[in-house]
Amino acid sequence: MKDNAINTPIDPKTIKGWGIDADPKNDPTYPMRKRMNAGEDPTPKRRPDNLQPVNVEVLKSIERPKVSAVFGTPAPPSGLSGMIRRQAFKYSENQYKHWLPLIVADRVNVVEGVVTDLFQGKLPNIWAEKGYGMEWKHNRTAFVTKMATIGAVTAGLVVWLSSGKKKKKSEFKAKDYLSRF
Amino acid sequence: MLAMDYRGPKRVRAVQKPMPEIRHPQDAIVRVLRACICGSDLHLYNGNVPDTRVGSTFGHEFVGEIVDIGADVTKVKVGDRVIVPFNIACGECHFCRQEMYGNCQESNTESGAIGGIYGYSHTAGGFNGGQAEYARVPYANVGPVIIPADMDLDDAVMLTDVIPTGYQGAEMAGIQTGDTVVVFGAGPIGIVAARCAWLFGAGRVIIIDKEDYRLDFARNYSYCEAYNFQEIGDPVVFIKKITDWMGADCVIDAVGAEAEGNTLQTITGRKLLQQAGSATALHWAINAVKKGGVVSIVGVYGPTDNLIPIGNAMNKGLTLRGNQTSVKRLLPRLIEHVQNGVLDPKALITHRLPLEEVADGYRMFSNKLDNCIKTVLMPPTANQ
Ligand SMILES: NC(=O)c1ccc[n+]([C@@H]2O[C@H](COP(=O)([O-])OP(=O)(O)OC[C@H]3O[C@@H](n4cnc5c(N)ncnc54)[C@H](O)[C@@H]3O)[C@@H](O)[C@H]2O)c1
Ligand SMILES: [Zn+2]
Ligand SMILES: [Zn+2]
Repeated sequence: MKDNAINTPIDPKTIKGWGIDADPKNDPTYPMRKRMNAGEDPTPKRRPDNLQPVNVEVLKSIERPKVSAVFGTPAPPSGLSGMIRRQAFKYSENQYKHWLPLIVADRVNVVEGVVTDLFQGKLPNIWAEKGYGMEWKHNRTAFVTKMATIGAVTAGLVVWLSSGKKKKKSEFKAKDYLSRF
Repeated sequence: MLAMDYRGPKRVRAVQKPMPEIRHPQDAIVRVLRACICGSDLHLYNGNVPDTRVGSTFGHEFVGEIVDIGADVTKVKVGDRVIVPFNIACGECHFCRQEMYGNCQESNTESGAIGGIYGYSHTAGGFNGGQAEYARVPYANVGPVIIPADMDLDDAVMLTDVIPTGYQGAEMAGIQTGDTVVVFGAGPIGIVAARCAWLFGAGRVIIIDKEDYRLDFARNYSYCEAYNFQEIGDPVVFIKKITDWMGADCVIDAVGAEAEGNTLQTITGRKLLQQAGSATALHWAINAVKKGGVVSIVGVYGPTDNLIPIGNAMNKGLTLRGNQTSVKRLLPRLIEHVQNGVLDPKALITHRLPLEEVADGYRMFSNKLDNCIKTVLMPPTANQ
C-alpha cells in the first residue's frame, strides 16, 4: 500500500453518530447464524496445527498467502498442459489471464491423455467412455439420427474443403486430429 | 483399487488406481459403500470447469466405512460408517468457526473463492473423489458424521449433498409463512428444494423444468405445481400471470451452468464458453421474483462472468443469496427430519449401477435417459 501515509486509519467510534442506527437483526447473511467479522474473531488467522507436507507440486492462487493445510495430490501439473497451468497461476482469479489458459490447458491435457494411452498400448474405447451404449439402449432413434447428421455434415465438410484450393497436407491433418477430441 | 477416471469432455471410465494414502495426521481412508452422480458432476463431465485434469476421479457424494486413520483422528475410528459431507473443512479457520463449512480457507490452495470439494477439479483443491473403492477424507475430526444405526445407506448418501443443498436453497430464499416460492430446475436439488420450501412455511410452491417425467416426479414427491417451460411461453410472463402480476416472493435457481431455454445463453455459455455457463435460469429468476423479493442461487456457475440482468435486480430491490451448502451445519437437523419421516431421501434414487459402468451412468444422468432422477454407483468393495 504505497498511499498509506495519506490513507490514515481512523477510529470509527470517534465519528459523530457511529453505530446509532445499528440493527443486528438486519442481517442479510441469514442463514449464516454465527456471523462475526474479523475484528470480533479473537484468532482470525488461526490455522490447523499440522500442515500437509508439500512434497508434490501444488499451484497456489496468488489471492492467498500460503498453501492450504491440506490439498489434493493425485494429479500434479505435468507436460505441456502443466506448463500452461503454471503460467495461469501467475495471475489472480480476477483475470482472464488466469482462467482462459486453464481452459486451454484442459483441452491440451485431453490430447496428452490419449497419447499416454497409446504409449501404454491402450486404444481408448471412445464408444464405452462416452456411454453410447446407454443412448443405443434408451434413445436409439434420436441417437442414430444425431450421429447420422454429424456424419453427413462432417463428410460434406470434408468433400467441400478438399474440393477447394489445395491445402498443405500437414496443416489439414493437424486440424482434423484436434477436432476429433 | 477401482476408480472413476476422467479422460476429457464426456469421456470417463473405470480403471485400477493406487490406493489413497494418509497425508495429514487428521486424514482418514474410507471404503466407499455408495457414491452418487450429481448435477454438479455434469459441469466437470462437460469440460466446463477450468483446471479439470485428465486422470482425476470425481465424486463428492459418498458414504463409507473408515478403514484407516491418521495419528490425530479422535472423533471417528476404524469400522465406523460415516456420511462424508461434500465440503472439505478444517473446522478451525475464521470461516469454519462461523459454520461456513463450504467456505473453508484451509482446504483449497488453488482458488481464493471456493473451499475444497472432493473430486471437483483443481479449482476446488485437486482432491480425488469417492466414485472409487476407497477415498482419502481430510479433517476426519470435522466432516464425517456417523450414520445412525437405523439409517439406510441409501438415505445416508443423499445426506452428503442433495438433501442439505435443497434444504439450504429453501433456507436462503428467506421464505416467510404463506410465501409463493418458484423453483427453477426439477433435478434432484430442485425437487428437494421444493419439498423443503414447505418446511419453512411456504403457501404455494411451483417448479419449472422441461422434462415431463421430472415434473411428474416433483408433483408427487414435492407436493408442488409443476410446469414445462417449453409449453408456457415466456416463463417470466407466465409466473407474473399466475401470481396476480406480482411475481413470486422467493425464487430458487436450482439449475446452474447447464441451463437450457435461451439460445444466446446456450451458445455463449455452453458451446463457446464465452461466459461461465449459461445463466438462463438465473436470468429468469431475477425477472420472475417480485419487487423486494429474494433470489436464492444454488445452481453452480463457473468462476468467470455471466450475463444476468443486474440492473433489474437493483431496480427491483432484490436480495440475492447463494453459497455452497454448509452440509455439516445442517446434518443434525436433517438426520432428525429423515428419522421422523419428514423427508424421504432414498425415494429420489431411480438407478443403481456398478462402478464399472460409470460411463453409462454419466451418459444416462446427463442426457436424462430412462427417466433418470438420481444414480447411485456401487463399488465392488461395497458388498464386502
Ligand atoms: N450450492 C451447492 O452447494 C450445490 C450442491 C449440489 C448441486 N448444486 C447445483 O445445483 C444444480 C442442480 O443440481 P441437480 O443435481 O439437480 O442437477 P440436474 O442437472 O439433474 O438438474 C437440473 C435441471 O434443470 C433443468 N433445466 C435446464 N434448464 C432449465 C431452465 N432454464 N429452467 C428450469 N429448469 C431447467 C434440467 O432439465 C434439469 O432437470 C446444479 O447446478 C448443481 O451444480 C449446487
Ligand atoms: Zn452433488
Ligand atoms: Zn476451515
